[in-house]
Amino acid sequence: MRQLYTWGGILVVVFFSVVGDVLMARAMKQVGDVHELWRRSGLWTVVGRILSTPTFFLGVCGMAVAFFSLLFALSWGDVSLVAPAAASLTFVGNAFAAKIFLHEKVDRRRWIAAFLVAGGVALLAG
Amino acid sequence: MTFRKYLVLAGVTVFAAAGDSMLSHGMKQIGSISLYHLQGLILAVLNPWVAVGILLLLAFFASYMNALSWADLTYVLPATSLGYVLLALVAKFALHEQISLLRWLGIVLISGGVGFVAGGEALTSHGHHQTPPFATAAKDGAADSEVASAVSGGAEQ
Repeated sequence: MRQLYTWGGILVVVFFSVVGDVLMARAMKQVGDVHELWRRSGLWTVVGRILSTPTFFLGVCGMAVAFFSLLFALSWGDVSLVAPAAASLTFVGNAFAAKIFLHEKVDRRRWIAAFLVAGGVALLAG
Repeated sequence: MTFRKYLVLAGVTVFAAAGDSMLSHGMKQIGSISLYHLQGLILAVLNPWVAVGILLLLAFFASYMNALSWADLTYVLPATSLGYVLLALVAKFALHEQISLLRWLGIVLISGGVGFVAGGEALTSHGHHQTPPFATAAKDGAADSEVASAVSGGAEQ
């Protein structure tokens, strides 16, 4: 039963991390290339453009919920399972979500990269 | 990819790793904080390690947003995962911790993943303000996918 709670917690963390990352990525694509915008119209235009993008705040909310659910999950399960499992599943979850929701072209090269990094993080943090 | 963009990716990597380790060092100095005495969290900010850690994590967040404005999520995340490797190497050489064989294997896997993604294109998503002209010209779905696969095929060589 305790294991079920731990894995449930891990999945909640992964879900909100992916939601936060995808929304943040979409928000920044809506803002546009920050380097160019800064050079053309200055820093305050960049800040104003970001703050007037609703998706940005949704992304921050997603990331905040992910952070607090990670704290809860850590209090239920072992750090040595929760931290690496959540971090490595987030890499794979993000690859799926970016393909579906952001229409990124996740080719073979990127799938291999996502799985290699996910495996490496699991080994390193475990 | 310009030199400046590589600097931003390096910033994401280094700021995250340095911020996390400073925060963790500071919080260990403070000790555990009870749920019933949450004012301890506010006092924690007065610890210099925690304060610098928070500043570094803000810098991480700014460079992360910067990177996402010109690169795909599936490019930025693997490309900046070298931070894990950096932390392990700091633990080995600065803190003289032992690194097991499994962890070395983890370092090799992450570095391999970074190498794989770094060789490809940074931005592939459509519907972006910087959509390349050929993608808008090719309105036909089949032609569009042909162009896309030609581009990615070229990048994979």
